[in-house]
Amino acid sequence: MQPAGRRTVVDLALQDNSIRAEAASRSRVLARLQLGDSGFRYLTRAAALGVLALLGGVIVSLVIGAWPALRQFGPGFLVSERWNPVTENFGALAPIYGTVITSLIAMVIAVPVGLLIAMFLTEMCPMWLRRPIGIAIELLAGIPSIIYGIWGLFVFAPFLQDTLQPFLIRIFGDIPVLSTLFSGPPYGIGMLTSGLILAIMVLPFITAISRDVFDAVPPVLKEAAYGIGCTTWEVVRYVVLPYTRVGVIGGIMLGLGRALGETMAVTFVIGNAHKISASLLAPGTTISATIANEFTEAVGDLYTSSLIALGLILFVITFIVLACARYLLLRIERRIG
Amino acid sequence: MKLLRTVAAASLLAAFAVPALAIDISGAGATFPYPIYAKWADTYKKETGNGLNYQSIGSGGGIKQITARTVTFGASDMPLKSDELAKIGVIQFPTVLGGVVPVINVDGIKSGDITLDGTTLARIFMGEIKNWDDAAIKKLNPSAKLPNQAIAVVHRSDGSGTTFIFTNYLSKVSGEWKSRVGNNTAVEWPTGIGAKGNEGVANIVAQTKGSIGYVETAYAKQNKLTTTKLMNKDGKAVEATPDAIMAAAAGADWANAPGFYMILTDSAGAAAWPIAGATFILLPKEPKDPAAASEALKFFAWAYKNGGNMAKELDYIPMPDNVVAMIQASWKKDVKDPTGKPIF
Repeated sequence: MQPAGRRTVVDLALQDNSIRAEAASRSRVLARLQLGDSGFRYLTRAAALGVLALLGGVIVSLVIGAWPALRQFGPGFLVSERWNPVTENFGALAPIYGTVITSLIAMVIAVPVGLLIAMFLTEMCPMWLRRPIGIAIELLAGIPSIIYGIWGLFVFAPFLQDTLQPFLIRIFGDIPVLSTLFSGPPYGIGMLTSGLILAIMVLPFITAISRDVFDAVPPVLKEAAYGIGCTTWEVVRYVVLPYTRVGVIGGIMLGLGRALGETMAVTFVIGNAHKISASLLAPGTTISATIANEFTEAVGDLYTSSLIALGLILFVITFIVLACARYLLLRIERRIG
Repeated sequence: MKLLRTVAAASLLAAFAVPALAIDISGAGATFPYPIYAKWADTYKKETGNGLNYQSIGSGGGIKQITARTVTFGASDMPLKSDELAKIGVIQFPTVLGGVVPVINVDGIKSGDITLDGTTLARIFMGEIKNWDDAAIKKLNPSAKLPNQAIAVVHRSDGSGTTFIFTNYLSKVSGEWKSRVGNNTAVEWPTGIGAKGNEGVANIVAQTKGSIGYVETAYAKQNKLTTTKLMNKDGKAVEATPDAIMAAAAGADWANAPGFYMILTDSAGAAAWPIAGATFILLPKEPKDPAAASEALKFFAWAYKNGGNMAKELDYIPMPDNVVAMIQASWKKDVKDPTGKPIF
């Protein structure tokens, strides 16, 4: 027998003799439980609503801050490439383009590589190697972005300038579309370099989450597949991936979110030029890099306001990406379901 | 043991007593002069016990904070015009000078080997001259061995006083630059790579073959970058030495510059370096806290008198004595407490 005060509803329900013994205190116990329950409910609700309030506050202050610029330039702000602090004529197209392209490069590289690592770790990796690789990936996630930026500028960019970039310019030199994509003098820094750095930065997110969801696939499913003669690739392709696609897409979206908003590392290696170039080797800029570079010394209301408007646009882009991911998941679930 | 306790108590008391008696001056603004202000403040504190708290948040932030009067003084690398000064009710005076110098990374070219003039420099930064063996550069440097190499232009990506001074020079010497690009702390660059801070530009120039950028002279020296000579207004090729920058400042007509609005670009004088400028302090004409403002002026008076060598150690150039006299006269004339009495 436990002391009376410790008893839960379940205990009371199971031992009806004790219910009879404590019939008098039953309502008191229930009242106390109810009080605790409702207290807990309000606490959790307040915490959850707090997030909504914060989000709303951020949106409102961004809109207020961005208003002078939006009123001045109108929808043209979104499609203008101009960024002229002298004449106070601003447009967001170059940073938007840079943000989207660098994130795209990062995802094109990081998604397949991240998934392959996760597949190797869960399906094929010998036990003794699992921990070292797993820890290495988690450490990669823990490196501050400024370190990636400095490493990118001092080590990675000069390396690319001497090796990868001349190579790309040479081999794609005669192919119509690719020659414009990889043209121009190799500066070392630029859109491609930023994309590569971002790929390294988002890789651990995609890998770690995919590995965790792959691990959660019930062994009986995989064993059944192996049992009917599937190869490892077939098991991964037809059992593991379909079973975990929601989690995997979640991991990819988390990685994409980081790539879109990453600031310091990109600022170091992108070249910070408000220009849209066809070449991936040319310098460009992203929304967050522009804000980080220019906010401290932005003199004049319109300039500051334009930078805040850029922040609002990044917010909207992130929202659209998340909404697309949700919609994608919903469609997949409906198709299966 | 008892002695130890007494000593501890006494020192604790002293530690609390000194800051309570001293007046702390607060300032905010430009990042360029931060190292020298910090060094002056440190030495000043040791000598007088009065501290100075300077936040290097950028010139734009400095102007905003002094407009809101949340600090004793603001600091800006870009001078404000006299109507802007009147609008926010502050005076402006320069503290130290700095020069801006083109830095290059071209194989086989050493510091001072090549000379550029204003028009050529402007055309390079507009992307019109794309190659180091361009006829315009060759004409200025008949004896230099210039390679057939693409020019990579490197500029600042953040707003900065350095850019303001540099684009001011290009606007003075090139009409096309003035109409196409203009003069500000940040401009719409026609070409090139942007890098954050003087150190960022220095870095990218150091590791990019064929590049040209512009940095404060101190950064060119510290990073051992290759500098060019420039043709000054008198048609002489000069190097960016401290003496050449001092010559530009000494020759300037400070007496007729309201609010010391002076940008030392394209200065006259055979020895004058053509791209130089000062960094400025903004102080309210009728300070809310006259005691703190008076302390701030005392601090700067001390710095003009004793801080010259410290400035030189950190590669800044101190103000010429005749200009300091004019600055202190303006303090007496313009900064008053609520009763109308000068506070300096």
